[in-house]
Amino acid sequence: MDITYIILIPLIPFSVFLLLGIFNQQIKPAISGYIGVIGLSISALLSYYAAYQYFFVYGKVDEVYQTFVKKTVWMNFTDTLHIDMGILVDPISVMMLVVVSTISLMVHIYSRGYMKGDDGYTKFFSFLSLFTFSMFGLVLATNLFQIYMFWELVGVSSYLLIGYYYTKTSAIAAAKKAFIVTRFADFGFLIGILIIGYYTGTFDFETLNNPEGSAILNWASTSYMGLSVITWALLLIFMGGAGKSAMFPLHIWLPDAMEGPTPVSALIHAATMVVAGVYLVARLFPMYYFVEDGFALKIVAYVGAFSSLFAAIIAVTQTDIKRVLAFSTMSQIGYMMLALGVSGYKGIEGVGYMASMFHLFTHAMFKALLFLCAGSVIHAVHSNYLKDMGGLRKYMPITNITFLIAALAISGVPPFAGFWSKDEILVAAFENNRLLYYVALFVAGLTAFYMFRLYFGIFWGKETKYEHIPHESPLSMTFPLLFLAFMSIVAGFVPFSELVTADKIGFEGHMDYPLAVVAVAIGLTGIIIAWLFYKKENDLAAIFSSFFGIFYKWTSNKFYFDEIYLFVTKKIIFDHVSTPIARFDKKYVDGTMEGIGNKTVLISNKIKGLQSGRLQDYAFFFVGGVVVLALVFIYIWTN
Amino acid sequence: MDFNSFIILRQEILLLAITLGLVVGEIFIPKNKKRYIVHLALFLFGIHTIVGFCNIEESSLFGGMFRTNNMIHLFKNILNVGVFVLLLQSADWIQEKVIGQNKGTEFFILMFSSLLGMYFMISSGDFLMFFIGLELSTLPVAALVALETSKRISSEAGVKFILSAGLATGVSLFGISLLYAATGSIYYNDVMTTLTSNNLTLLGSILFFSGLAFKISLVPFHFWTADVYEGAPISTASYLSVISKGAAVFILMILLFTVLKPLMHIWQTIIYVIAVATMFIGNLFALRQQNMKRFLAFSSIAQAGFILLGLISGTQLGTATIVYFVLIYIFSNLAAFGVVQAISLQTGKENRDDYNGLYRTNPNLSLVMMLALFSLAGIPPVAGFFGKFFLFAAAASKGYYFLVFLAVVNVTISLYYYLLVIRAMFIRKSEDPIPFFKSKIYMRLGLIIAVIGILVLGLYSPLYDYIFELSTIFNK
Repeated sequence: MDITYIILIPLIPFSVFLLLGIFNQQIKPAISGYIGVIGLSISALLSYYAAYQYFFVYGKVDEVYQTFVKKTVWMNFTDTLHIDMGILVDPISVMMLVVVSTISLMVHIYSRGYMKGDDGYTKFFSFLSLFTFSMFGLVLATNLFQIYMFWELVGVSSYLLIGYYYTKTSAIAAAKKAFIVTRFADFGFLIGILIIGYYTGTFDFETLNNPEGSAILNWASTSYMGLSVITWALLLIFMGGAGKSAMFPLHIWLPDAMEGPTPVSALIHAATMVVAGVYLVARLFPMYYFVEDGFALKIVAYVGAFSSLFAAIIAVTQTDIKRVLAFSTMSQIGYMMLALGVSGYKGIEGVGYMASMFHLFTHAMFKALLFLCAGSVIHAVHSNYLKDMGGLRKYMPITNITFLIAALAISGVPPFAGFWSKDEILVAAFENNRLLYYVALFVAGLTAFYMFRLYFGIFWGKETKYEHIPHESPLSMTFPLLFLAFMSIVAGFVPFSELVTADKIGFEGHMDYPLAVVAVAIGLTGIIIAWLFYKKENDLAAIFSSFFGIFYKWTSNKFYFDEIYLFVTKKIIFDHVSTPIARFDKKYVDGTMEGIGNKTVLISNKIKGLQSGRLQDYAFFFVGGVVVLALVFIYIWTN
Repeated sequence: MDFNSFIILRQEILLLAITLGLVVGEIFIPKNKKRYIVHLALFLFGIHTIVGFCNIEESSLFGGMFRTNNMIHLFKNILNVGVFVLLLQSADWIQEKVIGQNKGTEFFILMFSSLLGMYFMISSGDFLMFFIGLELSTLPVAALVALETSKRISSEAGVKFILSAGLATGVSLFGISLLYAATGSIYYNDVMTTLTSNNLTLLGSILFFSGLAFKISLVPFHFWTADVYEGAPISTASYLSVISKGAAVFILMILLFTVLKPLMHIWQTIIYVIAVATMFIGNLFALRQQNMKRFLAFSSIAQAGFILLGLISGTQLGTATIVYFVLIYIFSNLAAFGVVQAISLQTGKENRDDYNGLYRTNPNLSLVMMLALFSLAGIPPVAGFFGKFFLFAAAASKGYYFLVFLAVVNVTISLYYYLLVIRAMFIRKSEDPIPFFKSKIYMRLGLIIAVIGILVLGLYSPLYDYIFELSTIFNK
């Protein structure tokens, strides 16, 4: 199978980025939008074509999906250890290509309406293209180092886009926070990569992931503090993944990242970049599974489950609709991590892996849809807060319906997409770890509750008096909504178990009816409670929250995690570590340097008299120079 | 003189023919057609430059007074390319300012005569030919400096130059006569074999060296530089700083590495002292210059100090490095002078503060200037970085670590003032910035060639390998 054309998929957005970035001033905003959309349409079509070719034409040989790699050596260290640049095509990378290109295309189209009239319109589209390019590069990476580079690139584009409204201080702070927190996590990632490179002698995914390969078989050869060094490396790599995917306790940047324009939140902070951590673990899944009997993988499962629960609880009390969605995203990614963590490797045992990827796929659709709907609502009422909304269903019918579809999908109501993928996750958890299963089940209920709290709060509930009568968004914004709503319905019917599996051999998917019934029942319960609380304006919610009292306050303050971080960084690190170092730097290091600089300028001023402009002086110096040279050297010579 | 002599002398003869042709043209071309002289001269010199690239055999003429080989040939080609770019950059100025005063042809005749002098100087096989070449290359430049006779500052610069040059020539000639007295010959080959270290030869070579040091503007023989550059037309300043200096460096290198080799341990120490003085004085003075021409004058003094680091090594690496560095220096300085020329021609402004906010109005010019200054400062990945790197490597390979350290200190100082200009262009804002303008085709071509030179020399390594191969000639 010739996969060379796949290189075009990232290169097209990259050229769009260069074009829009360089000719920022020359290109008219209207045209730049079209350039972005057209460029990405081509990438999307190529992705679909690649997916079709891979899954249904060439990919499967003897019932096993093959991995195709095309690469060149970029930097050589030793015979085995070199950094390559290339593209890797296997089920998950192709699946991610489809996700990224679809969501990115929809966001591009949507942004043409949403960002209309904004000063930095062209800049916005160039950043979007940069992000899309980086994400494609990340997905197609053939080795740890390449993925790391694109990993940082998505970080940078995320930073640029969060801080897009750079005149708002909160946006700047949020961008910095996101960058620093994820960079901190990436530090672990980098160390992990270096450990892997040092002990296994390769960065290459194919070599690393080979279950019979030396990287996996020799994991026990070196150990550190009771764990294999490879396990340490995997944990550190997961630290990077947890940073990007906003897993507890590195999640604090995600809610703040909502300062960015809403289409950005939909693309980066809901559907694509934040699942990079999941993708990373999935990419190295054989290593996680086989090394030290899956110790690192267990950590992944527990971190995922805890984050999922933690975020879901916080989401219940938030009043900024984008923040609710942000915590919901965190919660759902926790779900995916959990599913990966409880997965096996061979055949049907790998249902967790399949479920995780499946959920990643469906979640991308309905979560992007939720964000875009939220954007549409914010566009109409010019506020992020639930208190400023209510009764919008009459003014915004399309947004209303599509939001409802997405909410049903995420709540796991059949036949919407979320039901199918969530059900598989619950099956996987049920069969491997009962504790995690109950956590997941509880989170499913909470998810349904807070989603419908949001839904009823926005579209039903009290009749708010609006200054301007809200109106439905233009077609450029409603079309992506409708398309994603369609996808949120049909995405669940994709036969993932036959396409994307841990050992790349498809298996027969099945439906575990008792578990499904329980899950749906829990979801419906959540919805009904939300209906009781929020459909009509009433006091139930207030009574209930005062019943929980202090716990409610904790939750709505996100368990004071931001404050804890602030305390540790500001009070301890800044005051007692950084300040003394800074003082030393200022006084001694800078002082010396500045002293030298000032002295140089001083000398320069002192000697300016030499250049008098009088020719006789010049001649004097000339002859004087000759005489001095002659005297000195003849003197030295005679000695 | 047989036909073969013509082949060996073909660069000189062709240039002489062009010069004489222009003289004839000056007489016969009617006044209202004079502006075509510029196109004609450019065209002829362009052909001369291209023809110059034809290969040449190692040979000598006139009983060894004139000699040539691949390396010398390469020097001439480098000078040709430099002069060609310089002419391209000067063409508009000549057409607008000089033709009107009826001095357009003179400019070319003088410059070509001076270049011819350099050819003979580089090709010289004895001190007589060297001296004739030196004089022929210097005297026309005095006229070029004072070309704008209507300006007082230009005349003053001309006088300063001719008097300083006269002094330098006198000292140099005295040095040659002492060497002749000591060895009994003026032929390089004879001098080389009979030269021994004693007070007489030492004094002779110091005096002789001072004359050349004047042309390269090494401290303390540099005082004329700033005043002359400031007063002279930009084209002349550029010529002095790029072509004249390059040629002098080449011949100094040839003489030091061949004729004066027996005194090597002495002149290495002399060069050491002068290199340190030149770098520091050049840089410290450059720090406070406001006028761009003076600024570039001191910058070029400092650069000459860096070139000495290559000379001091006296090895093949040193030779190759000097040639390579001079080549880079020619392109970088031409780009910088070109931008100054373009702006001065359009607006008459020559001060650094006038450049405030230039990037907003003339982004392309600013980028060219930035590239040129980065190259002069030695910032990777532009060519200047590799040039400096090799120079330092050459000096370090001979164990001059402290000298390299001092040079690095000076690079840091120089970075500061180069960045001052870049800051003015890119960061500073101005109430009254230089308005946007589009230069004429010749100027743009001249700048583009210079920029290509900077980029290609930095990125295309075979050029350096080629120079390195050739440089065995002087390090047998």
